[in-house]
Amino acid sequence: MFKKFLLLASAGLMAIGPAVAAEKVKIGFVTTITTPAGVIGKDMVDAVNLAMEDIGGKMAGLDVELIVEDDGFKPAIGKQKTDKLVKQDKVQFVTGFIWSHVLLASQKSALGAGKFLISSNAGPSQMAGKLCHKNFFSTSWQNDQTPMAMGEVLNLNNVKSLYVMAPNYAAGKNMVAGVTRTFKGKIVGKDLTKWGKDAQLDFSAELAKAKASGAEGIFVFYPGKAGGAFIKQYAQAGLQGKIPLYSVFTVDSIALPKLQKANMNGVMGSVMTQFWAPDLDTPQNKKFVSGFKKKYGRYPSFYAAQSYDTIFLIKSAVEAVKGDLSNKDGMRAAMEKANFPSVRGKFSYGNNHFPIQNFYSREVVKDPDGVWTTSVREVVLKNHQDTYAKDCSM
Amino acid sequence: MDWVLIITQLLNGLQLGLLLFLLASGLTLVFGIMDFVNLAHGALYMIGAYFCATLTEFTGSFLWGLLIAVPVTAAAGALLEISIIQRLYSKDHLDHVLATFGLILCFDTAVHFLWGPEGKAIPLPTFLDGRVTILPGIEFPTFRLSIILTGLLLAFVLYFIITHTKMGMLIRAGASNRQMVSAHGIDIKSLFTVVFAVGAAMAGFAGMMISPITEASIGMGNEIIIVAFVVIIIGGIGSIKGAFLAAILVGLIDTMGRSFLDTLLKLILSAENAETAAPALSAMAIYILMAAILAVRPQGLFPPKGR
Amino acid sequence: MRDQIKRGHYSYALIISTALLAMLPLYVHVSGDDFYLDLANRLMILAIAATSLNLILGHGGMISFGHAAYLGIGAYSVGIPAYYEIHNGLFQLLVAITVSGLFALLTGAVCLRTKGVYFIMITMAFTQMAFFGIVSIEEYGGDDGLVIDTRSTFGNFFNLEDTVTLYYFVFVSLLTSLYIVKRIMNSRFGMVIAGSKSNERRMQSIGYNTYRYKLVCYVLSGCLCGYAGALLGNFTNFISPEMMDWTASGELIFMVLLGGTGTLLGPLWGAATFVLLEEWLSGITTYWHFFFGALLIIVVLFVRGGIDGLLKRIRLTK
Repeated sequence: MFKKFLLLASAGLMAIGPAVAAEKVKIGFVTTITTPAGVIGKDMVDAVNLAMEDIGGKMAGLDVELIVEDDGFKPAIGKQKTDKLVKQDKVQFVTGFIWSHVLLASQKSALGAGKFLISSNAGPSQMAGKLCHKNFFSTSWQNDQTPMAMGEVLNLNNVKSLYVMAPNYAAGKNMVAGVTRTFKGKIVGKDLTKWGKDAQLDFSAELAKAKASGAEGIFVFYPGKAGGAFIKQYAQAGLQGKIPLYSVFTVDSIALPKLQKANMNGVMGSVMTQFWAPDLDTPQNKKFVSGFKKKYGRYPSFYAAQSYDTIFLIKSAVEAVKGDLSNKDGMRAAMEKANFPSVRGKFSYGNNHFPIQNFYSREVVKDPDGVWTTSVREVVLKNHQDTYAKDCSM
Repeated sequence: MDWVLIITQLLNGLQLGLLLFLLASGLTLVFGIMDFVNLAHGALYMIGAYFCATLTEFTGSFLWGLLIAVPVTAAAGALLEISIIQRLYSKDHLDHVLATFGLILCFDTAVHFLWGPEGKAIPLPTFLDGRVTILPGIEFPTFRLSIILTGLLLAFVLYFIITHTKMGMLIRAGASNRQMVSAHGIDIKSLFTVVFAVGAAMAGFAGMMISPITEASIGMGNEIIIVAFVVIIIGGIGSIKGAFLAAILVGLIDTMGRSFLDTLLKLILSAENAETAAPALSAMAIYILMAAILAVRPQGLFPPKGR
Repeated sequence: MRDQIKRGHYSYALIISTALLAMLPLYVHVSGDDFYLDLANRLMILAIAATSLNLILGHGGMISFGHAAYLGIGAYSVGIPAYYEIHNGLFQLLVAITVSGLFALLTGAVCLRTKGVYFIMITMAFTQMAFFGIVSIEEYGGDDGLVIDTRSTFGNFFNLEDTVTLYYFVFVSLLTSLYIVKRIMNSRFGMVIAGSKSNERRMQSIGYNTYRYKLVCYVLSGCLCGYAGALLGNFTNFISPEMMDWTASGELIFMVLLGGTGTLLGPLWGAATFVLLEEWLSGITTYWHFFFGALLIIVVLFVRGGIDGLLKRIRLTK
């Protein structure tokens, strides 16, 4: 009843409503700008801005507008910002998302409104399986994959017992599940520590337990600033040289400059797994890394690499439909082909729209200028698809 | 049971407790004497850490950085007291909570603006970066041990000042009856400024001592300040002795919970549930302790006399 | 005379704001700015929560620094049944009110034994317990929170899935709760509460068991805030322990104080100012928290009686 009234009233007013503005490609980018995790968001936004420059601010002749929003490291704020992007800014693409829990909280707001949602980092198991959606794409990986590769590395290194530490949130749990799946030895201890804006950064009690456990290796996942803090305490507690460190998403271009400054030589040569590294030999990656270093004077992190890819994925979709942004089916079909120059080289999308790609082992090295960085060693998992794809009904 | 692990964890708990004491002592004095609820005490902990990080970078040595940063933080505290806090004493607790909550927001944002979002690492000199053997088979990080030793030393100095000097006498008198002190012609205004500055220095020092371990970062004081409040409430507002004992107690409970609770919980819960529940429950333990103590003793363990 | 002006001022402001809020969906439907509806929804829900806090803080002088616990309890009372596919709104609201009331009764019985700053801190402690309690339950998402896929339904009559329906549901709830609070404050019970705020000993000496009165008031406030929490859960479609963070309790206090403690409409003004300022400032600069914090300090130092007091002064000087 009331709705009818609304319709009638608005029909009259519609006639004098504002004209439709000239069409633009609008991309919303949700990331963390404030809180200590803002350092990751900064790397991502820098990469997206670089990509915008590299494409000349245009896709298929249309202007591109980028709207960056800060999630404050909180799922509720992330959702609120996604709502704003969808309802107020009327973007066609919602992208970004560092954190799995923020993505899970926000996904319904974007997908329910018929928008494309592209994760530039977070890859929670739910989005790969039960909650997979035709308009959701990832330019990163599913959370379990990288630690699964690490499990294989552990097996190759003949590690028999492992101590596991990760933050207590969606991605942390996925990481633990991943390494547990492929690691053949025994997990002798496990700690999930508090995460979020008041994350636990003092690991004294946990490291003492790890030391007492007598494990042959310690597996950790501490993204962002927690990584640097962990590695320092790992060395201070005297675990270095006793229990080798195997990490994922912990030692990266964000942690390394600080570790170098603090002279934490112990991290040199430490091994991790990743789908990408700054020295990965693809034409697009060379262009990206040199462009990033030139513009910002530092190495890009994997967060930056994935964000850079995000813009090129969208560009491929917009160009495939010749700028007709109402043709969602056309854009979706284009993105499913993954037909764009990716920093990781050619890859394909699985049924759940997560990349099927290689995972490499990486090592911390000094570059010719003496700057600490990571370098690719060898392929650990080739064309790997995540384990949750089978739960996806697409 | 593994004795090496238990002793190491006791030391870790003691270290956390002493860090809390450094923070709580200033809080309890300000609270006890001026009847002022200062949520922004954690912000002083944070800016102390940032000052120290910058000065360490500048002088190239952590010890010099520490030595200069402590008076600088005290000065910042005094400045804050004179410019804003002073105007708040006459208001009620509700206003204190709100205004200092506002101060936290201001400080966090200012630090973000001045130092960027990423936080600052503080490199340690090599002689502090290693480990010492405390008992045969028990190694402990040198730096954590130095937190314990300086914490104990400061606790002793503070205790001495309060029980054996004129200023201490005024502080004790102020905690029990403010009007009486000013009625005796004591310049209570400058006493307040001095006490606030000393509290700021202690909080800043705590921040400086933790940062080589965790890095100085935005909002680092926001979580720990709540725990510090729990400490002074348990100990009894205004009591340094109470703050000391409560801090050690809280430090031990938190560390022991993190170390052994999951093993205990696995006896009654599935392994997976126990792993998630343990850290949360050990964080909860100190609040349960506080509620239980307040239920029995509504003014904490050692309420100052005359209240 | 003064009373008359006061009453005139209240009905005046109330009628205007009611009319504006009632018309908003119409405007939004025309302009297509759905976003403003969301903003207004959040505003009204927080206004209910602030009103509930004002009941104990403003009228009763009990400074609770843990009121966010009830927002969380209310939200989880929608989220947990929804997780088991129970979407019945009446059931969910009943659970929200009952559990909030019980939590308030149990914690209030302990808290009200203490006074002053001890009361502030012990209410916070109980909220921290609730916070970590939810974090520890893996089944309901722990730290990550819980997505509410389907909002509350009320049989075949209506459901809250449609934003406009939700909007009017919240709108009516706000008016009802303001009415209830007004009735409570004007009742004998309200007089005892107000009396024990200004002079508890006198109330005791004339024979009132103030502890019992205050406890009832504390429980009522918890129930109302739990109700607001249930609305909030429906509105955000996502709930997490973060809702019970101590900073969330601080924000509620801010709303009450900004609007004017112990006044009927103060919490509404406070919530509105808070939500709109947050939206406006965060759109301008990343460093908006600074200005927000500065504003808090200014309000405490210079704005006596909050916005409501300001409005009254304007009316009185005319």
